[in-house]
Amino acid sequence: MLLQIVSALGVVFAAVIACSAYFYFSNKILDMALPVKDGDIRAASRNLNRRALVRPWLFIGPALFLLVVYLVYPVVATFILSFYDRAGLQFVGLANYKWALGDREFRQSIFNNILWLAVVPAACTFFGLVIAVMTDRIWWGNIAKSIVFMPMAISFVGASVIWKFIYEYRGGNDVQIGLLNAIVQTFGGTPEVWISIPFWNNFFLMIILIWIQTGFAMVILSAALRGIPEETIEAAVIDGANGWQIFWRIMVPQIWGSIAVVWTTITILVLKVFDIVLTMTNGQWQTMVLANLMFDWMFRGGGDSGRSAVIAIIIMLAVTPIMVWNVRRANRELKGH
Amino acid sequence: MTAIGSYFKIGPARLFVHAAVLLIVIIWLIPTLGIFVSALRDKDQIVVSGWWTAFVGSTQTAAVRLGTPDQQKQEGASYVISGNVLEGQAGRAVKAFGNRIQQPAAFKAGETADLGDGETLQINSDGSYRYVKNTAFSPDQRPKRIYASVSAPPEFTLQNYNTVLRGEGIGQSFINSLTVTIPATIIPILIAAFAAYALSWMEFPGRGLLIALVVGLIVVPLQMSLIPLLRLYNEIGNMLGQPSKTYPGIWLAHTAFGMPLAIYLLRAYIAGLPKEIIESARVDGASDFEIFVRIVLPLSFPALASFAIFQFLWVWNDLLVAMVFLGTDKDHIVLTGSLNALLGSRGGNWEILTASAFVTIIVPLLVFFGLQRYLVRGLLAGSVKGG
Repeated sequence: MLLQIVSALGVVFAAVIACSAYFYFSNKILDMALPVKDGDIRAASRNLNRRALVRPWLFIGPALFLLVVYLVYPVVATFILSFYDRAGLQFVGLANYKWALGDREFRQSIFNNILWLAVVPAACTFFGLVIAVMTDRIWWGNIAKSIVFMPMAISFVGASVIWKFIYEYRGGNDVQIGLLNAIVQTFGGTPEVWISIPFWNNFFLMIILIWIQTGFAMVILSAALRGIPEETIEAAVIDGANGWQIFWRIMVPQIWGSIAVVWTTITILVLKVFDIVLTMTNGQWQTMVLANLMFDWMFRGGGDSGRSAVIAIIIMLAVTPIMVWNVRRANRELKGH
Repeated sequence: MTAIGSYFKIGPARLFVHAAVLLIVIIWLIPTLGIFVSALRDKDQIVVSGWWTAFVGSTQTAAVRLGTPDQQKQEGASYVISGNVLEGQAGRAVKAFGNRIQQPAAFKAGETADLGDGETLQINSDGSYRYVKNTAFSPDQRPKRIYASVSAPPEFTLQNYNTVLRGEGIGQSFINSLTVTIPATIIPILIAAFAAYALSWMEFPGRGLLIALVVGLIVVPLQMSLIPLLRLYNEIGNMLGQPSKTYPGIWLAHTAFGMPLAIYLLRAYIAGLPKEIIESARVDGASDFEIFVRIVLPLSFPALASFAIFQFLWVWNDLLVAMVFLGTDKDHIVLTGSLNALLGSRGGNWEILTASAFVTIIVPLLVFFGLQRYLVRGLLAGSVKGG
């Protein structure tokens, strides 16, 4: 055990040093290759200009390299792969896309994904907003916020274990040790195997993500609420508006931008969601979603790169509008500066 | 507002808000609490009673054998076997007992039960019993089996952690997770900070385009990258004669996947630093490298810290990237992977699952509660700006 720890520390240290060394020495070498000496002023200023041309690329080089290799190239490669057979060798045209349209499991995944997209971002934003409004008005609000925010730190797998325990089912006359079934039994209901009830089990999985993500929505929306100028609310109070009207007519419209940000962020997350379904049901009992179906086809029977590439492309298509919107927003922001 | 002032503001509406928030807090806390409490319970108790009863003690039915006939003593006309059914179990108490499995609690503790055939049995709540017969117990009679409903006090143990850390490979995974997480947190910060500086303070052609690229890549789903990268890794592995699933491989993958968000967050911060400081340093003859290391890096500490926390949580909690690029063999599997494997293989052993879950959760929770301020700041910098 100790040896493992020491060797782990060793590689960790080496990796960090190697990375720092790149930046230090690449800059040093540039300075040495293009010297700026006092003697020859013209050569010095020429070298200074050349340095200014090269140095940004030394700074940005590693980042650019990683972005291109790990994100840009795969987008292109996946797109091309989606037209090839399972081994990625034979061009098959649109065959994989045709397969996807006809596949029952694929349609199931699309349906479930749409269900997730309809429920989770809306629920997180709604609960996040409600909790933000309420906690901002009480003295122990920050403690309450910390607790609601806490699941953000827990992995999806950890959260799945936590909730699997809540949904635990015991057959026969055994005592229920799952909280949900115990509650149901206390109120005279019949215990159920919650995660294998078709259709509804999707919602039991969604609850896990909502539990994790509501804190995120709450933090962002709470900050946005605090940014609302007090005069507008005071004016509304003077005009005789009640709490409900103030909330819907004054506060919500003013934080509309933040609501959109929260909604999109969670939407992207939902499209990528993979761990929860894998650990809770592995797609059984009709809970498959696109991300899991894709992973499944990556390795099923030795892997089918064509079919999983098609599924990846579908996920990509779903985020493209968000991507465009994001870039536009950032551009507008940059110009505003 | 004075304390008295706020006291008078307590009305039904205000009380309702307090109650509602309390309810929400309890709902949010309970799932995690279940895991924490269960991981500390005895594994036999986890399966017979809900974790919420852990604090009030539990009652379980135990099968016990009474003493053998050679322990019998004659008392007047009757023969008596006596002893204690709770031998060596301090703190427990018998609530009821019975001689048939169908009715394990037919008689109350302290009651004298008539078992027929001239036999009577009395078990007191402290476990002491008198098993009486009006004739001698025959020497070849097997010890009598009875059932007792035994209440146990709340009991907590660290045994589950011991089992999990030694036996289930969780200890090894913990080290693997650290080996993945630490470089995958530090390296992207360094690389992204240099890039963010170049994108904010250095003039070069194509800068605007690069910023747009970074923003666009923030949302690219990870799933896109898996197949082509896996192929690339295999090819490079074959070329170098190395296994394709290595720690440097996953460090680079995590670094790259965290890169767009890191550059975006850090650029927003670094571009906002006061222009005067950087320009006066330039006038004094400092190079960009010196400005970055001596001025920008120290000034950007809050932004670096908030991104570090994000990246740490993200890498520590990741399952997908680790499964694909590091694999699931014993020397490499990370905590989330181990936990997922246990869910498959030990799905019913809640003592193993809860203790393992606790081990995977505790580090991110410590980071979270310790550095929550920075985490929130990072979230706000990235998301609210510009709305």
